[in-house]
Amino acid sequence: MKVMNCPLNGLRNISEFIYGGELKPMPGQCSDREWAHYVFYSDNTAGVITEWWMHAASSYWFLAERHTVTDEILRTFDPKEVFQERVEFSSEETRK
Amino acid sequence: MPFGLLKYGLSSEYPVDVDLPPPKELKPSYDVVIIGGGGHGLAIAYYLAKYHNITKVAVLEKAYLGGGNTARNTAVIRSNYLTSEGVRFYSESVKLFQNLSNEFDFNIMYSERGQLTLAHTDATVRAFRQRAEVNKHFGGRTEMIDRQQISELVPTLNLDPGHLPVLAGLWHRDGATARHDAVAWGYAKEAAKRGVEIHQLTEVQELIIEGGRITGVKTNRGTIQCGCAVQAVAGHSSILAKKAGFRLPIISYPLQAMVTQPVKPFLSPLVSSSALHCYVQQTSRGEVVFGGGSDPYPLYNTRSTLEMKESLIASGIEMFPFLAKAKLMRQWGGITDMTPDYSPIMGESPVENYYLDAGWGTWGFKSTPICGKTMAELVANGGKVPALIQPFRLERFANFQQVNEMGATAASH
Repeated sequence: MKVMNCPLNGLRNISEFIYGGELKPMPGQCSDREWAHYVFYSDNTAGVITEWWMHAASSYWFLAERHTVTDEILRTFDPKEVFQERVEFSSEETRK
Repeated sequence: MPFGLLKYGLSSEYPVDVDLPPPKELKPSYDVVIIGGGGHGLAIAYYLAKYHNITKVAVLEKAYLGGGNTARNTAVIRSNYLTSEGVRFYSESVKLFQNLSNEFDFNIMYSERGQLTLAHTDATVRAFRQRAEVNKHFGGRTEMIDRQQISELVPTLNLDPGHLPVLAGLWHRDGATARHDAVAWGYAKEAAKRGVEIHQLTEVQELIIEGGRITGVKTNRGTIQCGCAVQAVAGHSSILAKKAGFRLPIISYPLQAMVTQPVKPFLSPLVSSSALHCYVQQTSRGEVVFGGGSDPYPLYNTRSTLEMKESLIASGIEMFPFLAKAKLMRQWGGITDMTPDYSPIMGESPVENYYLDAGWGTWGFKSTPICGKTMAELVANGGKVPALIQPFRLERFANFQQVNEMGATAASH
């Protein structure tokens, strides 16, 4: 059994977690093409990547550094280490 | 007759049948360089030589022939997809497979068993109706069948697994299996016979790109020039594309499979259930093959996991309870390059004369012949994309024109 260290709940079976994709910066105002690249394209790196995971039982999202060749989980941490400020999701028009 | 035999026995010129000529030095330049010596790369080389008379071709393989995902898939051939683009493409592939043994004069052990997919929910039944109609429209032999017909086809199947009773089945008569290694070998042998050079243990380290065009490749055995190049490296598509300077809409996941010890023949069709995430087939040697969906998170590693084995076996035993006593003999994994719409990426790339044969997720083996044939046509016509593979171009993602095969692909190989 493979275990993952949830920053909130400690060591749990990997089957309790859901993979959430690579951490990548979301473009602000952008063209359709740039948006397509953000949504569909991937670096698909063979090496260490930072990615989102969720502990399903507690719906807690966090970040992990994992090696995509050895499957070694190097570090898991709370997203507040990366996101220091509130992320604005609404667009210019919806805020008006 | 006995004297004839004796003559051959004593002669020093006994005709030895050589499938592949011994390795040679790399030439300084080729018209076409194909990166990847799996079924796909070898098929492209074969059709280039056969239909287009292009034989100054080198297939570069970093390990040995057909040793990557060609040898790791579960050898399912079918065309019962959902979209018309998909069905048209895979139907052509099935037709080519049917004649491949004759064409090669080499037995690929093509065996038309039929494929049965089980529906456990009303939503799946509706999707099956659509797939059956699309398939019939393009000349495929696919129909909906009820529980009675399912139990006649596969008497040993448990029609009421746990909380998911079987409601109906999609019966695809064209479903088949073949020996995957033999497909690669057949293409290699026939391509080599026509003058194509196949270089094993030749790893492409760098792509030489000048002014938006590929002019050569640097390998561990030296640098060679090329008129154009094709990448056919399932499992490593993103890594090679990165060397060419662009990204792909691909994420690589392992897919695990396993086989039991050989048992008496009890299962002719290939049976799959998308709700149970499991497909089961019995090989001609009697082993029962289990396969399922890809792993739950991306990885470039063919390791096996206990979690996946447990869930696959649990589903397999729900379908065929008596297999609980069978012993597992082997397990393995392959790398599946999954695309967001579960369709391949074929054709042009951002580099002018560098062509893509990628994104083959879990649908690569079954498309080997048609992919080779259409990619060869594309290469021979200097990048003019054949109509059959036009829908699978890389640009479809930026134009939001995906070919969604998710419902007909995930876990139902």
